[in-house]
Amino acid sequence: MEAPIKFRIGKSKFFEGFSVVLAGLCVVPLIAILIYIIQAGASKINWHFLTSIPKPVGESGGGIANALLGSMIIIGVASIIAIPIGILCGVYLSENRSSKLAYWTRLCVDVLQGVPSIVIGIIAYFWLVKPFGTFSAFSGSLALAIMMLPIVIRSTEETLKLLPDSLREASYALAMPFHRMILKVIIPCGISGILSGVMLSVARIAGETAPLLFTAFGNPYMAMDIRKPMQTLPLLIFNYATSPYNDWHDLAWGASMILLVWVLLLNIFTKLITRKWKVVL
Amino acid sequence: MDFVTAPDKSTPDVTTSRVLSYDTDTVAAGKRIKRSHSHIWAENVFQRVLVVIAVAIIALLLCIVLTLIVQSVPSLKSSGIQYLWGKVWDPVQNIYGAFPFLLGTLLTSMLALIISIPFSFAVAIILGEYYPKGWLPNLLKNTVELIAAVPSVIYGFWGLAVLVPIVRSLESKIGVQPAGVGIFSASLILAVMIIPYSASLGRSMIQMVPAHLKEAAYSLGATRWEVIKMVVFPYVKSGLFAGILLSFGRAIGETMAVTMVIGNTSLIPKSIFAPGNTMASVIANEFTEADHPVYLSALIELGLVLFVVTLVINMIGKSIIKRFTQD
Repeated sequence: MEAPIKFRIGKSKFFEGFSVVLAGLCVVPLIAILIYIIQAGASKINWHFLTSIPKPVGESGGGIANALLGSMIIIGVASIIAIPIGILCGVYLSENRSSKLAYWTRLCVDVLQGVPSIVIGIIAYFWLVKPFGTFSAFSGSLALAIMMLPIVIRSTEETLKLLPDSLREASYALAMPFHRMILKVIIPCGISGILSGVMLSVARIAGETAPLLFTAFGNPYMAMDIRKPMQTLPLLIFNYATSPYNDWHDLAWGASMILLVWVLLLNIFTKLITRKWKVVL
Repeated sequence: MDFVTAPDKSTPDVTTSRVLSYDTDTVAAGKRIKRSHSHIWAENVFQRVLVVIAVAIIALLLCIVLTLIVQSVPSLKSSGIQYLWGKVWDPVQNIYGAFPFLLGTLLTSMLALIISIPFSFAVAIILGEYYPKGWLPNLLKNTVELIAAVPSVIYGFWGLAVLVPIVRSLESKIGVQPAGVGIFSASLILAVMIIPYSASLGRSMIQMVPAHLKEAAYSLGATRWEVIKMVVFPYVKSGLFAGILLSFGRAIGETMAVTMVIGNTSLIPKSIFAPGNTMASVIANEFTEADHPVYLSALIELGLVLFVVTLVINMIGKSIIKRFTQD
């Protein structure tokens, strides 16, 4: 009897160790990417890099100011479109939990969340680029806004659902109208969850390239007009990384590092908020 | 206005002071009534806005589907159902067959799944069963979640600079044509990218296994591994399957990283080391070059196929999870 038990315990220990090793290996690619990008990118980053636009092939130097500005403008416009609509839709879903419309809307939000980003790019192309005859930053913003919506809606709904009904009843008992109850009581109570959902969605779209390929398109010059093509960080990385020039690769490494640090910080910050305020997402 | 004047008529015989005080009263009452009027009005408007937005989300999705279908009509007309198993994609001669891309997508995604499953299961078991608490597992959980946060274009760039040379030297060792870029490289990158999805789903499923089942097994003398094998796995089987399905859906739609390392040829891949193309990477590469309406429409039809496939996979996965969590 002694041997089989030892064998079974040994087997159990072996599998435990085996899964620890496998799980530990999962972290390796992330660490490798972080180290490699910091090594390749950190030396490229200086004030000049952040404040000038890319130089043509053959000239060394140049920076990514246009991509930084473009990313901010496009993400900003996308947020302006998506955040109010997303929060209001989330409010509707949490206040009308069992209505038929809520069921269908919830289903559509689910589907929308799964749509591949490249397909959303195609859609924005046909809605805004083709009719106006030019690639534009605004069409890119629309594509990103469509990608943000499901995340904002879901997090708003989940947060508001957790608020106790007594809050709603207390407001009604004070003769508060519905809209003031929502705007003055419900949303302020759930603001931490809503905010972290918004930040998560911004982090998600900040690195999106596929929907911008045929909407914002990219632009080697400084551009402020949202009706014109605009450069963004991910687009710049894609275009320069696949080019055959070493100078451009250097630019792309620097841009990668900025993008990676930005996105990871946003994610970590969101996590800290959710932990501090005990939000369930 | 009727509301404001109504109380006035019902009060006979007023002295001056009464009139004064009454006037202020009426004004206050009028204001109150007006305010509640505007409240009711605002409330109605607000409710209606909410409904309109909820309807707009549905309309948005319908418009997306409609746009895809309408825009793929020229391609549907010219190649019909042949499109799906046509083996030649030659825009110059206007022949569009999507089979190489369907095969490429299936190969990369399946291979990525096979590579990622042991790792994501290991993470799920570690976090769900062996070490649910503590700072080290917590660190592991957060790090694995950060894997999903890294932008896919950065995975692509890193893959191009680091992974492709490694794969190339591996390929020359085992004696296949050392291209470096190809389906195998794309699968490796994809495998890394989809680990977090099935891992986090698997973890939450494993944590839902009732403690009394596990305790019963322990009391019968089972070791930890036996509990996992005979109690936990059978219990969460369908949940794990759903997690795999959802990460499969993720892998199919992934564009940038794959586009950068898959090699981009429209030929049918002969082996897993050959360069190829997936549906998403073809769209990303050729969309802005498509000069012929049928060419463009053929690409959009690819988008439609991609949309439908991910939709079906996601719906199946989500319904499995729903059933699992309701039980």
